Amino acid sequence: MERKPSSLVYKGWCIFSKDLKSELRNRYAINALLMFAVTTLVAVNFAVGQFGLGEKLLAALFWIVVFFSALSGLAQTFIKEEETKTASTLKLVTSPNSIYLGKLTFNIALLLTLEVVIVPLFFLLSNVGGANLLLFFTVLILASLGLAAATTLIAAIVSKAAVKGALFAALSFPILLPLLVTAIRGTELSFRGEVFMSGFSELKILLSYLVVMITVSLMLFDFVWSE
Amino acid sequence: MPNFWKFFLLLLMSAVIIAVWVMEPPQNQLGEVSRLFYFHIPAAWVTVLAYFVAMRQSVLYLRRKELLYDLKASSAAELGTLFCILATITGSIFAKTTWGSFWNWDPRQTSILILLLIYGAYLALRSAVREPERKAALSSVYCIFAFPAAVFLVFATPRVYQSLHPADSIIDASGKIQMPAPILVTFLASLVCFTLIFIWMHRLQIVIGGDMERERKL
Repeated sequence: MERKPSSLVYKGWCIFSKDLKSELRNRYAINALLMFAVTTLVAVNFAVGQFGLGEKLLAALFWIVVFFSALSGLAQTFIKEEETKTASTLKLVTSPNSIYLGKLTFNIALLLTLEVVIVPLFFLLSNVGGANLLLFFTVLILASLGLAAATTLIAAIVSKAAVKGALFAALSFPILLPLLVTAIRGTELSFRGEVFMSGFSELKILLSYLVVMITVSLMLFDFVWSE
Repeated sequence: MPNFWKFFLLLLMSAVIIAVWVMEPPQNQLGEVSRLFYFHIPAAWVTVLAYFVAMRQSVLYLRRKELLYDLKASSAAELGTLFCILATITGSIFAKTTWGSFWNWDPRQTSILILLLIYGAYLALRSAVREPERKAALSSVYCIFAFPAAVFLVFATPRVYQSLHPADSIIDASGKIQMPAPILVTFLASLVCFTLIFIWMHRLQIVIGGDMERERKL
């Protein structure tokens, strides 16, 4: 049988569908992740809801909720492999790059599912009026892809260490800060109802962050995975 | 380090310290506190230098898988943390007298804080892994991975926060050095001293680390 040029992508897809199936069977990550996100969102709105917050604060709060919810669940996909001792089997079956791509796709799917729940809830609870939704969703999707790209490698690192939960946040924050700063700025522009092109330079930064992080992760993932 | 360099360092550092206190403050309108300039910038320079050393040694470790490179990387990171704290504190004192508050999220302050957080995270990761090889590989990967993020930060933050930090304090817009000669000489001498102190401490740490490694094996 001839090797297809897309075999890396195909194998990555297989890893993704395996993770998706096992996730749908026992809902290992998604339930905890969703409840964490909803709890944080409600807690934040409960604490500051009676004050009329400006767009800048709302954008910052929104990204704090997304950031901490993501950090509470995105490491699970690797930790699960270590806990159930399936990592070595996976190592035998396929190449590190396809595993990275598969896990990345799974984390992106997890994050987007999470946002499907928290975004409407956020708009409902915090009375953002007249937002530029096109700009908002473009920023949201690009930033989520970047968030998943950067945290997937860190999740792999953390799964090999002790004190996983605390370490994941500590290692991720400095790496994610440029992304968060840019995403907050872009979200603020969209909440103020600015035109799409006003956020163009933020979108450029988000896109290049995504590309760089995926490239560097693919270069480094092998060293983590073979440990 | 050969003895010659140690005596050289002793003399030069003493000369720098005396010059810093005897000469006029480098910027008269800022007063006495501007003497910190001679220590703040070299400390910040060593912080960045130490990060590059750590990253280079991390790359070498991943290529050759010898624990000596990991020792070099981790001791550079530890020293980097020390100098980073010094640079942050001196910078804060500077900020208090010139801008009115110790901390105001200036891009320069943000970037030095992020460097501090990267160093902290790196050291936290090292203490969370026991096996030396695994510790070396994971922390090397993290050290390299943090670099592009730091580069992005330099581009991303100035868009959000306005900088009050003087960009032209050493080199002005036309690329020429704008400092009176005595100040420039003292400043450069201080830079040399800080770099030499870093190299010396780094070598000492490698010797100590190597001894501990041999003891562990016995």
